[in-house]
Amino acid sequence: MHAVLVMILQRLGLGVLTLFVVSLVIFGATELLPGDLASSLLGQSATPETVAALRRQMGLDQPAPVRYWAWLTGVLQGDFGVSLASRRPIADMMSARLGNTVFLALYAAAIAVPLSLILGVLAALWRNSLFDRVANAGALSAISFPEFFVAYILIFLLAQSGYFPSMVRLSPAMSLGDKLYVTFLPALTLTLVVTAHMMRMTRAAIINLMASPYIEMARLKGLSPLRIVLRHALPNALAPIINVIALNLAYLITGVVVVEVVFVYPGLGQLMVDSVSKRDIAVVQAIALIFASAYVLLNLTADVLSTLTNPRLMRRK
Amino acid sequence: MNDKTHHTGMTRRGLLKGATALGAAGLILPASYRAARAEPQKGGTFRIGLGHGNSTDGYDPGLWDNLYAQVFAASRHNQLIEVDAHGQLTPEIAESWESSDGKTWVFRIREGVSFHSGKDVTVEDVIASLNHHRGDEATSAIKQFFDPVTDIRADGQNVIVTLDAANGDFPYLMSDYHLAIMPGSDGKIDPNSTDGCGPYVVESYEPGVQASLTRNPDYWKSDRAHFDRVEILAILDSAARLNALMTGQVDLIDQIDPATIGMLEARGVANILSIPGNAHYVFPMDSRAAPFDDNNVRLALKYAIDRQQMVDTILGGHGAVSNDNPIGPANRYFYADMEPKEFDPDRARFYLREAGMDSLSVDLHVADAAFSGAVDAGALFAETAAQAGININLVREPNDGYWDNVWMQKPFVASYWGGRAVEDHMFTTGYATGASWNDSFWSNERFDELLVKARSEINEDLRREMYQEMQRIVSFEGSVIIPMNNNYVMATALNVATPERVSSNWNIDGFRAVERWWFT
Repeated sequence: MHAVLVMILQRLGLGVLTLFVVSLVIFGATELLPGDLASSLLGQSATPETVAALRRQMGLDQPAPVRYWAWLTGVLQGDFGVSLASRRPIADMMSARLGNTVFLALYAAAIAVPLSLILGVLAALWRNSLFDRVANAGALSAISFPEFFVAYILIFLLAQSGYFPSMVRLSPAMSLGDKLYVTFLPALTLTLVVTAHMMRMTRAAIINLMASPYIEMARLKGLSPLRIVLRHALPNALAPIINVIALNLAYLITGVVVVEVVFVYPGLGQLMVDSVSKRDIAVVQAIALIFASAYVLLNLTADVLSTLTNPRLMRRK
Repeated sequence: MNDKTHHTGMTRRGLLKGATALGAAGLILPASYRAARAEPQKGGTFRIGLGHGNSTDGYDPGLWDNLYAQVFAASRHNQLIEVDAHGQLTPEIAESWESSDGKTWVFRIREGVSFHSGKDVTVEDVIASLNHHRGDEATSAIKQFFDPVTDIRADGQNVIVTLDAANGDFPYLMSDYHLAIMPGSDGKIDPNSTDGCGPYVVESYEPGVQASLTRNPDYWKSDRAHFDRVEILAILDSAARLNALMTGQVDLIDQIDPATIGMLEARGVANILSIPGNAHYVFPMDSRAAPFDDNNVRLALKYAIDRQQMVDTILGGHGAVSNDNPIGPANRYFYADMEPKEFDPDRARFYLREAGMDSLSVDLHVADAAFSGAVDAGALFAETAAQAGININLVREPNDGYWDNVWMQKPFVASYWGGRAVEDHMFTTGYATGASWNDSFWSNERFDELLVKARSEINEDLRREMYQEMQRIVSFEGSVIIPMNNNYVMATALNVATPERVSSNWNIDGFRAVERWWFT
């Protein structure tokens, strides 16, 4: 167990370093964006006088390193600061939306992960059968369409006929059942988008193992194909599958802005896009850090889990 | 000076309206093109889906710049003066206003109006609300309009505003949507407060997502604010907006893509409102930069555009041809009889020759941020101009940062105007020499002279003449191509009723659908 602890600590340390580099990159990139917050905040109403006054009020006349340092020290103390555009605390702005994003990601994952594992295992089991071909073709076409197209098709089929709402409106008072109902269409869209990747990785990993001598042995012993796949192949195929699942979960948290727009879902992606277009650098940085943290944490979890599934790595001295 | 005296009930045209009837100006209207309507009914939750609204939106009235902020503001605030559905000024928090010389304006503040917090609206609140937009430290978008204001002070129940020069149209400024009356303390308003004296009380607000409001039980206008609740949703995707309306999740949407209007109408699930107004789409040219410094070149371009085709294809017919005139048909002194500019390639060539050129090649910078369809409009323009020997090279710019890096930076671009209720407001904002939104950097001595003179002219006919001459100058010597006036196109659920006349002053019934409309 000691080795695992050391590995987790190492990974965490690397993660923090990554986050630091990410924060530098993000800050540099936002500095490179044309225009500044003051003029985009005022939009067409910007005049040199109002822009100058607003810049002064918001401290934008300070040099970039000074602003970066002030922000970084704030974040280390748990203070993301206030939004430059709306002057509201960034933590408040993000908390509800982060909750929504995580909810949708988990909802989609709860459908997509078991679905793709089952489909992948069955496809491997009945390799080259009709089922295999249909499952593959279906998953691949779902992933090949742009997300918004899948979303519009689902709206056309399921929302315009009145089964599900086309627009997600969440309120804190909603019961879990209601929430699951109103967010069904975006969750289904995301499921269709991520299933192919995980399913095909499951299938490929298992098929890869099916040619190894110990599986041959198991088969010669007369075990049923299902038992071979589930008890002998799958545990050894888990490492790549876990990695793919982690990548897709990270995608579900960070990359769903298009689906958010189509279903008017108040998630972090929309907040990020708004903030970029308004040059609200403080919010952009905070969200970018959250996204980066999500990637780092999920990858860390994947690393740890795939190590745990591999006795050879566990026993290594 | 009777023309400039705006007692309660007296408009510039001298239409007499009883003081008591004024609060009901939205309802007591002459019989017009539609049959008499049923009395407004109370009740229901009115859900609006707007194609605007960002998570970065704030409460500060000086920074309101999109339709979401405007409609949300009109739901919770009142101003001193309202522009009614006919484009006339109507008393709101100012009970009446007058000026003996056009320089000193006296606004009498209505008594017995209270904020949502229960506090009475006082003269001090009004002064604090106005001063928020005034002074060196102000960040308000309408800061410049207060430049001529030398003093704002209280006198009993009156607020007295002193200007450095006479301006008969000054009260119109008080109807600007930024000038919400908010509670003040120590001469300042709290720009982050939602407290107002308007029709609805804010229950919750999540910027860029939704706002929920309930009817203000103490609202002083007894014949307005018919809905029990109002919900304003930001739905940026136009297909999502349409879906929301068609599946009954909202009752009103704005910004309908002209291509889908016909299909929506055919489904019979919504009413389409297409309201002609003063809003217009423009192509400003930098009059300081060659070749646009030659008026012949500008005229050549003006004759090389097919305006009717623009209205038909870009607006889907929901608009009207404009004769390079920022003053629209909803304005008082609109010059309707000005000689129109047909698409005429020969004439364009003639002006090119006058400018000493055989052919012309210019870059036109466009993005749909300027207006929906701007890129297509640019392509159409390039097509027609080619027939006149003018090569328009279309440069597609990103939407992001368009107003910072393209508009008023590149010499020939696309842009839009919301239009203004008053000629002076429009000209001073966009066409006077050195005005901060003069996006063609145009300067005309005669125009500037007329602009100042017309402001304080008492004689209605002379004033009309002056404004018409100014429109002519802008149209034939100006540096902005204005091909079309765009309608405000909205769609409502079938059970939404509007007054007989919907305001053309701004979108969404002058932002005030929430207090003027009702459910049948």
